[in-house]
Amino acid sequence: MTELRYLAPDTLDEAIGAFAKAGSAARILAGGTDLLVQMRSGVLRPGVIVDIKKIPEMTAIEQTADGGFRIGAAVSGMALAEHKTFGKAWPGVLEAVNLIGSKQVQGRASAGGNLCNGSPAGDSVPAMVAAGAVVTVQGPDGRREMKVEDVPAGPGRTNLKPGEILVSFTLPPRPPGSSDAYLRMIPRTEMDIAVVGVGVSLTIKDGTVTAARVGLGAVAPTVLLVEDAAEALIGSKLDDAALAKAAAACSAACRPIDDKRGTIAYRTRVAGVLLKRTAAIAAKRATGK
Amino acid sequence: MAKVHVTTTINGEPMEFLCEPGDTMLDALRGTLNLTGSKEGCASGDCGACSITLDDRLICSCLMLAVESQDHEIRTIEGMAQGEKLHPLQQKFLEMAALQCGICTSGMLVASDALLRKNPKPSEEEVRFWLAGNLCRCTGYDKIVRAVMETAAEMRAQ
Repeated sequence: MTELRYLAPDTLDEAIGAFAKAGSAARILAGGTDLLVQMRSGVLRPGVIVDIKKIPEMTAIEQTADGGFRIGAAVSGMALAEHKTFGKAWPGVLEAVNLIGSKQVQGRASAGGNLCNGSPAGDSVPAMVAAGAVVTVQGPDGRREMKVEDVPAGPGRTNLKPGEILVSFTLPPRPPGSSDAYLRMIPRTEMDIAVVGVGVSLTIKDGTVTAARVGLGAVAPTVLLVEDAAEALIGSKLDDAALAKAAAACSAACRPIDDKRGTIAYRTRVAGVLLKRTAAIAAKRATGK
Repeated sequence: MAKVHVTTTINGEPMEFLCEPGDTMLDALRGTLNLTGSKEGCASGDCGACSITLDDRLICSCLMLAVESQDHEIRTIEGMAQGEKLHPLQQKFLEMAALQCGICTSGMLVASDALLRKNPKPSEEEVRFWLAGNLCRCTGYDKIVRAVMETAAEMRAQ
């Protein structure tokens, strides 16, 4: 067995150099709540571990000049929850991040890891998709931006290029009357993975939805952006007909698996039900009612 | 294999130890440092028996590499009592028999302490949600939850 090396660089350039040089033997360590389990079970035997938490950009939460937020890829759920203003601007994203595992896991687990782990059921991902979040990735060929929904390539896979590291999430500024919500369906009260997860972000002006985004998780090989559902909501007053149309769009987008948590029929139906409930919560938050 | 030298703080004391790069914090605590109060249950972050705090945040020590503790502050169950004087949670767990086999107890105590530091007046629901990452196979949780609620009330009264 090759010897495992642990590196904790202080700069992103060093991290990218070390990560690219080690090739497929390298793994990024953020919170480690997936990586250590995979190592323990023998699924992964990395040769080099690159811990990114000493890089300030990776653990920072900051407000951008235009009023949005930039969240480092290694920021833990607990750190995000402790931030003074983030949860007020993006309550849905925060509740999604804080559904990842137990309090112990939230003390370490990051949205960056949740996305890069490539699980179709990752809780933070549909909420980030609904938020219209963009990720910054950096690799040997430089920096680029990707929409969150373009990152997952399939279960356990991403569209990051070899040697690229996820650096941060950027969430856009919010016009007045905006809010978001995330709901997931799980068989137990807590601590299980999603059967369906729905994130909805809305902007409402004078009772009418002027902007909407819908992210849908655990019902396809990747988390989905459901544009048809958003279109059904935009221009409406969230009346029953609009919600029914959006729910049908979510169900239509489902390409789920049958497993012990839920059948295809169940997941497909629940996706529509959850869309209605999530939209109602987001609307309540957006209008303050 | 080349061992890594780690300098850290554990229960307020500066500590140094050597570890393999792949050792978990739990390995280092229980093995090298002989702090065996943190228990190994599942070793995959599900059971919470190995709960510690890292810079005052509750985590599973099985989900952290020992080398990651460099320059950070760790607290374990061994740091909870003040000498012979038990922490109010420890005392209450004893009085209310909030344990049976004891494997989950140190994790329950560390997690409960982390909760009460953050939220001195939790509702029962908040206690139950906070402790969802700590599995117990014998008390049925009720005694534990009651002990935490009662300790919180007593600590607030003082």
